[in-house]
Amino acid sequence: MDLILFLIFATLAVVCAVSLVVQKHPIGSALSLIGVMGSIAVLYLLLGAEFIAAVQMIVYAGAIMVLFVFVIMLLNAGTETSTGRSWPSRLLGIPLLTVFLGLLAYLLQRMAPTLGTVSFGAFNTGAREIGRSLFTNYLLPFEVTSVLVLIAILGAIVLARKEID
Amino acid sequence: MPQLNAVPLSWYLILSAILFSLGVAGFLFRRNIITVFMSIELMLNAVNLSFVAFSHQLRQVDGQIFTFFVMVVAAAEAAVGLAIILTVFKNRQTLSIDEVSSLKN
Repeated sequence: MDLILFLIFATLAVVCAVSLVVQKHPIGSALSLIGVMGSIAVLYLLLGAEFIAAVQMIVYAGAIMVLFVFVIMLLNAGTETSTGRSWPSRLLGIPLLTVFLGLLAYLLQRMAPTLGTVSFGAFNTGAREIGRSLFTNYLLPFEVTSVLVLIAILGAIVLARKEID
Repeated sequence: MPQLNAVPLSWYLILSAILFSLGVAGFLFRRNIITVFMSIELMLNAVNLSFVAFSHQLRQVDGQIFTFFVMVVAAAEAAVGLAIILTVFKNRQTLSIDEVSSLKN
């Protein structure tokens, strides 16, 4: 059952990611990215990470993607125009990426016997373990993160104000 | 062939590598600044998937904490980045990264 679910949602994620790269209109790319994030959230659930799956749906698929779609609509972004100056990347890029991916897959398969398997229910972590770890081992990074988010909010406000003036 | 109720960990890592490569492809080939930005988000997601997979493998919660931090940083980055894109569009009236090249020479 695990294997079937993994194959379904992994295929969905890869198809949506390919669609993100080949779509000509940014709104199509944004909708494909939402598909990728949803299927990755299901894969997190299969890995036993309930809290991360919920945060993935709320923060990524909810907040960040709404921001993206909103900006695309605000800018009235049309189909992108090809400048034709990137022929070296077209000629070399796809073979190089295929070699990169093949190398990664080969190395992972070489390590495969030592890696073991993933089965649902073997290791479940909810919000309790995450919260305990965040407020004991990772307290300083957590607080630094809050400062980072505050700076990001201030930066966004400053940039947007410049636009209004 | 593995059993039906267990997935090899390497499959998760290969899926992560495929998604990361597609993100790199989108970053390199696309000319729209918003699509380039979304490709970066795809790469971050791919890395998050391997973090959670290793967290399951090692039976430790730290990988999920790292994923949480990556998400927070991605949210901050999206807010600032989209504000920068808005400002660039306001000043240049274009979204093509080929035409935003004042730092080139």
